[in-house]
Amino acid sequence: MVRLSTRYLGLKLRNPLVAASSPLTGRTDTLERLADAGIGAVVLPSLFEEQIEREELATHDLSLVGHEISPEITGYFDPFTGLEIGATLYMRQLAHAKALLDVPVIASLNGFRPGGWTHHAVLMQDDGADAIELNAYFLATDPETSAADVEDRTVDMVAAVCSAVRVPVAVKIGPWFSSLPHLVRRIGAAGARGIVLFNRFYQPDIDLETLTVEPQLSLSHPSEARLALRWIAILRGRVAIDMAAAGGVDDVDDVIKMLLVGADVVTMASSLLRRGPEHVAMVLTGLEAWMREHDYQSIGELRGALSQRSSPDPAAFERANYVKVLTGYPGSYR
Amino acid sequence: MTSRIVVDGNEATASVAHRVNEVIAIYPITPASAMGEFADAWSAAGRRNLWGQVPEVVQLQSEAGAAGTVHGSLQAGAVTTTFTSSQGLLLMIPNMFKIAGELTPTVFHIAARSIATHALSIFGDHSDVMAARSCGWAMLFATTVQEAHDLALIAQAATLRARVPFLHVQDGFRTSHEVTRIEPLDDADLRALIPDSLLAEHRARALDPDRPVLRGTAQNPDVFFQSREAANTYYDAVPGIVADVFEEFAARTGRRYTAFDYHGAPDAERVLVIMGSGAVAAREAVDALVARGEPVGLLTVRLYRPFDAAGFVATLPASARSLVVLDRTKEPGAAGEPLYQDVLTALAEEWSDAATRPRVLNGRYGLGSKEFTPRMAKAALDALTRPDAPRSFTVGIVDDVTHRSLPVDSDFDTERPDVTRAVFYGLGSDGTVGANKNSVKIIGEHTDLDAQGYFVLDSKKSGSATVSHLRFGPAPVASPYLIEAADFVGVHRFEQLFTTDLLARAAHGATVLLNAPYPPGALFDELPVEVQRQVRERELTLWTIDGDRVATEVGLGGRINTVMQTCFFALSGVLPKDEAISAIKAAIDRTYGKRGGTVLARNHAAVDAALANLYAVPVPAEGEGRRRRYDLVPTAAPDFVQRVTARLMAGEGDSLPVSAFPIDGTYPTNTAKWERRSIATEIPIWQPDVCTQCNLCALACPHAAIRVNAVPAAALAGAPDGFKSTTWTGKDESLAGFRYVVQVAPDDCTGCGVCVDVCPARDKTELKRKAINLEPKQQYLEDERAWWDFFEDLPYPRPSFDALDPIKASQLREPLFEFSGACAGCGETPYLKMLSQLYGDHLLVANATGCSSIYGANLPTTPWAQDASGRGPAWSNSLFEDAAEFGYGMRLAVDARAGQAADLVDKLRPHLDDALADGLLRGMGARDEEGIAAQRERVTALLDRLDELDAELFSHATAADASGSTEPIDAAATAHREGGLAADVSRLRSVAETLVHRQVWVVGGDGWAYDIGFGGLDHVLASGRDVNVLVLDTEVYSNTGGQASKATPRAAVAKFAASGKSVGKKDLGLIAMAYGDVYVAQIAIGASPKQTIDVLRAAAAWPGPSLVIAYSPCIAHGIDMRTMMTHQRNAVRAGYITLYHYDPQAALSEEGGQPLVLDSRPPRDSLAEWAATEGRFAVLARTQPERAEALMALAEADAKARRAHYEQLAVVHRQVPDRVKGDALRALPMAGKEDGDG
Repeated sequence: MVRLSTRYLGLKLRNPLVAASSPLTGRTDTLERLADAGIGAVVLPSLFEEQIEREELATHDLSLVGHEISPEITGYFDPFTGLEIGATLYMRQLAHAKALLDVPVIASLNGFRPGGWTHHAVLMQDDGADAIELNAYFLATDPETSAADVEDRTVDMVAAVCSAVRVPVAVKIGPWFSSLPHLVRRIGAAGARGIVLFNRFYQPDIDLETLTVEPQLSLSHPSEARLALRWIAILRGRVAIDMAAAGGVDDVDDVIKMLLVGADVVTMASSLLRRGPEHVAMVLTGLEAWMREHDYQSIGELRGALSQRSSPDPAAFERANYVKVLTGYPGSYR
Repeated sequence: MTSRIVVDGNEATASVAHRVNEVIAIYPITPASAMGEFADAWSAAGRRNLWGQVPEVVQLQSEAGAAGTVHGSLQAGAVTTTFTSSQGLLLMIPNMFKIAGELTPTVFHIAARSIATHALSIFGDHSDVMAARSCGWAMLFATTVQEAHDLALIAQAATLRARVPFLHVQDGFRTSHEVTRIEPLDDADLRALIPDSLLAEHRARALDPDRPVLRGTAQNPDVFFQSREAANTYYDAVPGIVADVFEEFAARTGRRYTAFDYHGAPDAERVLVIMGSGAVAAREAVDALVARGEPVGLLTVRLYRPFDAAGFVATLPASARSLVVLDRTKEPGAAGEPLYQDVLTALAEEWSDAATRPRVLNGRYGLGSKEFTPRMAKAALDALTRPDAPRSFTVGIVDDVTHRSLPVDSDFDTERPDVTRAVFYGLGSDGTVGANKNSVKIIGEHTDLDAQGYFVLDSKKSGSATVSHLRFGPAPVASPYLIEAADFVGVHRFEQLFTTDLLARAAHGATVLLNAPYPPGALFDELPVEVQRQVRERELTLWTIDGDRVATEVGLGGRINTVMQTCFFALSGVLPKDEAISAIKAAIDRTYGKRGGTVLARNHAAVDAALANLYAVPVPAEGEGRRRRYDLVPTAAPDFVQRVTARLMAGEGDSLPVSAFPIDGTYPTNTAKWERRSIATEIPIWQPDVCTQCNLCALACPHAAIRVNAVPAAALAGAPDGFKSTTWTGKDESLAGFRYVVQVAPDDCTGCGVCVDVCPARDKTELKRKAINLEPKQQYLEDERAWWDFFEDLPYPRPSFDALDPIKASQLREPLFEFSGACAGCGETPYLKMLSQLYGDHLLVANATGCSSIYGANLPTTPWAQDASGRGPAWSNSLFEDAAEFGYGMRLAVDARAGQAADLVDKLRPHLDDALADGLLRGMGARDEEGIAAQRERVTALLDRLDELDAELFSHATAADASGSTEPIDAAATAHREGGLAADVSRLRSVAETLVHRQVWVVGGDGWAYDIGFGGLDHVLASGRDVNVLVLDTEVYSNTGGQASKATPRAAVAKFAASGKSVGKKDLGLIAMAYGDVYVAQIAIGASPKQTIDVLRAAAAWPGPSLVIAYSPCIAHGIDMRTMMTHQRNAVRAGYITLYHYDPQAALSEEGGQPLVLDSRPPRDSLAEWAATEGRFAVLARTQPERAEALMALAEADAKARRAHYEQLAVVHRQVPDRVKGDALRALPMAGKEDGDG
């Protein structure tokens, strides 16, 4: 009998598949379908700090539209005192998801300024989030800002949130750090229980017809999973922190690989968007079959079996491997 | 302990009405709309009435509809009310007679407002309720906000006992909009006065099939009269019942009212009689005069109908020797105004000794919210001391024509020294009024002080000025008039010091706070010299803050309200400073608590930053600065503009005498151009090197402030330095070698940014730079002014539409609709401007009341303009409900005159050149520009020929005279003149101009077309006559603050639809298409300017009726109005709007055709995503997300279904009978005489 149950951030999960932040986790019907397909946990769409702020100000502005512009007009939107804004609406969604699902619900918070975090993280905790996923994203555009500054800010922010809430916190970061293991260790030391590798960001694109810059987020490609695969393999056993694999995980093979290199859970978004929430059930069936085939009884046995430390060929995860892949490109890549 | 709340008269009234009614039927009308809005919002929020039910609040299509619904609801046994004023009350009158005739208890709550006569006025007087006084309703007049609250209950309690319906009247604006503190009535008070037994009696009279009765019979001469008299005892009982209710009320609340209230010297000889808020001002005058020992008194009438003559006389002191009765209405031709006549009758009937019966004078005051002050009350009482005083007079104006106005003693002052008076000059939407209302609340609800706020807003919707009048002091602070001498003056917009005498209201020694972008030490030098003098003469203390900078720094953008409010509290000393600051912060928490932490934090930061940035301004002992107040209009302006319009612009209209004004409400057009308001901070600057000459900027500009032109190079000789032009690149050969110019009118631009948004041209090397870019105005102002002055005189080439695309061709025509005060970025005005460019010189406009009639014709100026020859649109507004009929009437008159002209041309043919006569008759049908120009030349030739004929006739008569004939020459000549050729010549001269085709366009909003005016619109569309209708569809009652209409789409939130409209938009176009012979189109100028122009031209060309529905984005939609044009494009792409035209011409032939053509492609974008960009849809997702989602799904289905329906109709083959052809022919008298439509 194969056991898929596992733990992540101290939470008990029925399996290591987590639905990452995506439109699927923002809607009641798709959340239900994910749960029915057997998902282990869900991460709700991100609450962006800037979004809350902008929404608050926009709502405020709206309430003042047409105010005092004529003796006949008291304003167009002022009577709508029931207006809920920003965080309130998110918290309602959170409470709704929590009531609907019997798997852990992880709320997601996005931003970088230390001040605004605590407040919203506490609200999320109070409204029933089982854990909080903190998205740390800061684009250093000022030549005066050093890499160390960026890392310090990241760690400060994690510390601020972790000290404010009781629920576990995972931190989702991008791959562009000079010394990732060092930063991950600092994040762990600041109180985070988990690290999510890696975040994918909207990148600017240019519309050649309108000559305008449009931020784009295309669905991930399975090749992207290699980056997380490598870093999880390297980090496994080097840092005492739960790890979630993210980005490019498409089918059961990817999931097994991530677990093998040391991921505690594997998150999926693009493949679920492409194939629908029911894809979860397919992956789970496949995972179970593979484990049976390869005589793995539990996720615990599987986890990290092929991390850099456990791998018979540790150097394969380092630079030499990069060269090997290029020279040995088989030409039949998916 | 009694709690106190700060409310205005509307809220005070609605708070009672909502609790004591089961059904409330509403319709928006200023200044009563807020009562209905409160009722709707409270019911939407589930607030219950005395009997535990949420009152049913329903909106009707008009006040007539509301009254009918009220009538039905009352008949079926529910306690029912409505709120209205002015024309709305007039529309209710037919039902009011019925309701009273059937002895049905109800209270209508009225914010009394002027009735439109020579002009519309949204302001207060009693002409509406006086017009309703014969309906058989009891009438109770409140004098204050507290009374409006109390009498709302008293009226309800009395009507249920008396069965006679009541009008509960408060003065529009003065009471309905005055914010002050009152002692609220709680539910127990209401219940005590309205026991359930009264409700049960009302229900027992209900129509019910279990105990059927018949009501509303038709009666013959045998019985009608007696039946009418049968109710007398009920009217006789009313004064007694009201007195009982007054007593019960006093016993519960301690507030004692009487039907007639006497106040003043017990032995008064002179008594002033008045109703409404004026009584409070009069009371101040009487108190001051009595204190001086004058034997005067005041009689306030509260229960005006039924008029209790005996009660009135009994209330008068026996010592009274003379009365002056003041009426807030005018009844031209009557023996006297209504209250005066009632008083005279009462005295005649009830004064015991005819020998001592007092002399009575009658005065009119306060029409259209004209100020009424204690000074004016004193003038009225003083008149009683003058034996030669006019029996009928006016007070508050200077009547230098019929000399009926009383002089007023300007030294008489009754303002109390223990009251702090503050006046604030702000800009609409800068938050000043809101902050001041908040200050009144802070003080009124949280201190022992009484507080009063009254707010004066101008009618411009962009760059409008606001004046807040605040009084604080020991109770009661009730003076119902504006502050003349303020202890504190807040100037929130520095530039206004250059256009208006803001310090005129500053008392000696007052504190003046200036929001200014200058360091304190440099500020005095920046003041206009005139202001510097005032500061020194009145020893004013100046303080300053750079409020815009402070507000921007704390992240509040241009909202300076919190900053300025803090400074006021810091400086005024109304409260100790620390107490005041914590009170402001508490108020911020209360007001913005639900808006989230960001808004709260920023406003708190604004309070702290305000204190840190407030500085005293040193006033040097001598020396004057270099700046002066602006001349409001140039000396080149016409005499009337200089004499009258300029004074109105300066805010000095009150001082103009009667003789300054037209006697019949007729005003010159072409005046907006003299009102250079200069409200923009940024203006568009043209980059000729980038420009592609698409002309979209000019087409889109809602204010006609950016123009294009193409002129011969020679026309630019003498252009001012730097005047920009470039080579014309358009195709029209007639313009070859011309120079192309884009020019902004820098003082008329609102800075809305629509031109920049639509500009498609970008600098290839720096893509953010367009051909039009907004730049800070000041650095360009001088040049751009000189360039604009030069540009204004350049002729427009008016190239043919055949040679150029319609966008270019239309913009090379002068707009005759310019610089309106509509909201910056208005979505309606580009259509009107286009209409004026296409047909302005032969256009009559019948305009429904609404935004377009306000920005179109609210004094002082009008955007409707004239071309170089003095031609331009002739414009008028009748009512809200009858614009279609009004325009139809114009059409009939024009056709009748044209018909007579044609007959006379035919008749005078022997005296005219045959070719001219034929040309004139043929040219009548010309609708194209060339044809019209040619016809104008013929008419000129005709008039010349008529002059010759006159001269011939005259010389013939003179010759006959000189011949010494014995015939009675004069008589013969006269006979000839009156009955013969001369009379024909004279008649033809009076109608000759109508030989040139006149376009008649009916213009109005969706409130008019879809709701209140639909019946008339339908009739006119069915008439077959050549009337064109332009519906400026903002999908909401924009002008009264955004109430839902039948054009409001499903899922949108509007007032009266606070939970999102649950039913879809009415398809007006489809209804009109059903007639078959109506040209119908839906346009969105931002989506397809070309289709808009094509449609407007085709509608005008169609000789039958036309209906053009123009999608008009509005600030009520909650969008960024800078994107007003692109938003329309997106609306079409999302399938929200389908562009189409239905042209009957295509179906007129025997074999018929397919008249409906869809002009926009099937939707490409998501409707829900588009809708999310509009506040009116987005707001529901934030209040009721599930409902929002469900309604949006239905809205998407609506759009799909509508599109599918249109697509099917577009392939339907149809043959339209030639009724229109018949009518059109009949409209042409030569061809149509025997073709009448029977």
